Amino acid sequence: MPVTATASPALAADAVEPGRSLWQDAWARLRRNRMAVIGGVVLIVLTALSLLGPLFLAYSYEEQNLALGAAPPSAAHLLGTDKLGRDQLARLFFGGRVSLLVGLAATSVSLTIGVLWGSIAGYAGGKLDAVMMRIVDILYALPFTIFVILLMTVFGRNFILLFVAIGAVEWLTMARIVRGQVLALKRQEFIEAAVALGLRKSRIVLRHVVPNVLGPVMVYTTLTIPAVMLLEAFLSFLGLGVQPPMSSWGLLIKEGAEQMEEAPWLLIYPAAVFAATLFSLNFLGDGLRDALDVRASKD
Amino acid sequence: MNSADVLIGIRDLKVDFRLDRTTVTQAVKGISFDIPVNSTVALVGESGSGKSVTALAILGLLPKENSTVPSGSRILYGGRNLLALAPRELQKLRGADISMIFQEPMSSLNPVFTIGFQLTEVLTRHLGMTGRQARVRALDLLREVGIPEPETKIEAYPFQLSGGQQQRAMIAIAIACEPKLLIADEPTTALDVTIQKQILELIAALQKRLRMSVLFITHDLALVGEIADYVVVMREGEIKEQGSVEQIFEAPRDPYTRALLLCRPQLERRPRRLPVIDDFMKPGPVAAGALEERSRGLRGDEEIILEVRRLGKSFYSRVGLFGRREFKAVNDVSFKLARGKTLGIVGESGSGKTTVALTLLRLRGESSGEALFDGKDLLSIPQKELMPYKRRIQIVFQNPYASLNPRFTIGQLLMEPLQVHGIGASESERRDTVYRLLEEVGLPEVSFFKYPHEFSGGQRQRIAIARCLTMKPDVLICDEAVSALDVSIQAQVLNLLQDLQDEHHMSYIFISHDLAVVKYMADQVMVMNEGKVVEVANSDDIYRNPQHPYTKKLLSSIPQGWRGARAR
Repeated sequence: MPVTATASPALAADAVEPGRSLWQDAWARLRRNRMAVIGGVVLIVLTALSLLGPLFLAYSYEEQNLALGAAPPSAAHLLGTDKLGRDQLARLFFGGRVSLLVGLAATSVSLTIGVLWGSIAGYAGGKLDAVMMRIVDILYALPFTIFVILLMTVFGRNFILLFVAIGAVEWLTMARIVRGQVLALKRQEFIEAAVALGLRKSRIVLRHVVPNVLGPVMVYTTLTIPAVMLLEAFLSFLGLGVQPPMSSWGLLIKEGAEQMEEAPWLLIYPAAVFAATLFSLNFLGDGLRDALDVRASKD
Repeated sequence: MNSADVLIGIRDLKVDFRLDRTTVTQAVKGISFDIPVNSTVALVGESGSGKSVTALAILGLLPKENSTVPSGSRILYGGRNLLALAPRELQKLRGADISMIFQEPMSSLNPVFTIGFQLTEVLTRHLGMTGRQARVRALDLLREVGIPEPETKIEAYPFQLSGGQQQRAMIAIAIACEPKLLIADEPTTALDVTIQKQILELIAALQKRLRMSVLFITHDLALVGEIADYVVVMREGEIKEQGSVEQIFEAPRDPYTRALLLCRPQLERRPRRLPVIDDFMKPGPVAAGALEERSRGLRGDEEIILEVRRLGKSFYSRVGLFGRREFKAVNDVSFKLARGKTLGIVGESGSGKTTVALTLLRLRGESSGEALFDGKDLLSIPQKELMPYKRRIQIVFQNPYASLNPRFTIGQLLMEPLQVHGIGASESERRDTVYRLLEEVGLPEVSFFKYPHEFSGGQRQRIAIARCLTMKPDVLICDEAVSALDVSIQAQVLNLLQDLQDEHHMSYIFISHDLAVVKYMADQVMVMNEGKVVEVANSDDIYRNPQHPYTKKLLSSIPQGWRGARAR
């Protein structure tokens, strides 16, 4: 169980209590949420293993041992080998790098574009807002699979394209969420106060609007990462994403599913790791949503 | 009091709230009082006094997750302890024997059902009426609470009714089963003064006709003088004083009760400074200034700093595909503001008083008319040249919880205008300015590093005022700046505003729906109704000798307190 280090709040008789920012408050609340903390720890462990794990293994992810073939877990190969005799653990670690990277990179692409697009459209309002949001609607209407296949046929199969394709789709929802938040925020008195103080529009958007939508944005981000990883798994499953001998969790699951009767270990381990990641991100996202809820703050 | 006359007896009621794992606060600290049969008891206290918690305890509606009532507490009703009743039993009592009306009529009525549906639901549920019977009774009830055209209104949805009508509908639902006790939790706080008066009269009339008891919860002691038989004054979970209304108003024993009565600006007197709670709680004479009178009013030869001519502001709503309907929020408003003086603007909601302010600040886009400030027309200066003028007219908003960016420290909030306008030579000079301002509005230096949510409403309003002062404005607009504050805090902020005016010779435009506060603060009062100016005059004159019928109507709605009620 996580240790809560909250100093018992001294109920000062004085009017002003000792300073704690909203973020510190949120952090304290997050630490008290056991599932969110477990989720966070699992994610850190998985990331560390994916980055550092391969250094401690005797086999690389692409080293084949055709004589061995698909062998069950043993002392030499802790998680067994696939049909080409490649060490499953090494492939799992390497796949983690790809999957987590895709998750992070595509999410940051969608985050940057989505937040800026949404807050500008929401704050500007009027015609600009209408035009910007119609663009979003049009992109929404493109079928994702066809969009990816199109990209692949034009540019060839390319690792980078994965980020572009996924990021290009995910920012749409982010932009809509942010715009909605900004519309509500725009009528708040502190934004009007900022206008009355004579602040420039760019300053109001960057300093007053964006920081205040970060709460919902952060929550949606943690939900986007698993969505992105699922998309990668889906694309790899279709044969459009990462190709062997490279590996990703989605690819491993696809390969495992093909041989699940004769070599179940090839499916079970990657599927378990992938599921653990998704659960962790969802719990962390839930925890963040509660922790950043303003109503839970002291007033 | 004979025990047969007691409807509900509250004995040693304690309520604990668990805030987090380590902190528990006692919201109600062992209070006892009686609600007699066929009478009105007023439960008066400021925010955090535990008055609403007490009401929820009677109804058995305390949140189960984080509140506990120790076993020694009892709420006796008809020989039974309500706190020990099974949830199912309590549910039978709620709505039938005990019912409640709330502060916000709009949010306590379900927006997707008609008034009639919500009213008949209670009747069929609790009284077992058939649909037809219930409808007949519902029409009677709507007539009884004074809703015009009940046959049409029974099919209306809540949003189709005005605020006052919504509260009437809410009352109709509450009295549908002829309850023995009606709990009214701040039922008029969200309403205009004229509507407030009507609702108070309605509750008083219903109490007599139905021979029920009313527990009237409010923060405003002056309000209950006209309707209450008994008054219970609460502070921080404890009862400070209880007694008959005569006793509380004529001979209050507790200093806190006295403070509540006197901190509120009164119509008859205008002390140089308002007394604050501390003046009463500490021994010794009442602070200097509370006894001196301040004279307000214009002689006519003052320097004019802002002159508004024929100001107009319209909003348009679309009608059909191409048509649009014009709504004149502000219509042909002219006034002059003298340097160092205060212009009060009063009016009901929708009268356009806030729109006047926001239009002057160019926060509401296009408008017509002129606003001459230093010989320049504020409404027609191009945006680029507006900067130096923006500095000189500032505004304090109503809601201190919404007007400060929650992600900024107080230091950042106050430094920002100085940085943006390039006031002060260096960061350290600006920081010194901010520290000086914090001291001036009565906040400790450490506030610089704190965030808005760590301050109370009154303190936040001081911060908002300090933020305006950073730019040394000539005109400060206070838009309902003290309306959201408790009576005692309101007095402190009003004193602060007066001190600042004395020192910096700022002109105020003081907008409020509270006529007593405006009378206290303003030299000149402008009464607005439906976007137009109804009357302008020196504040003493307008209260002593109102000319326009609308002004008279507004003035007659001011709660008079106990003595006022007797006089009528």
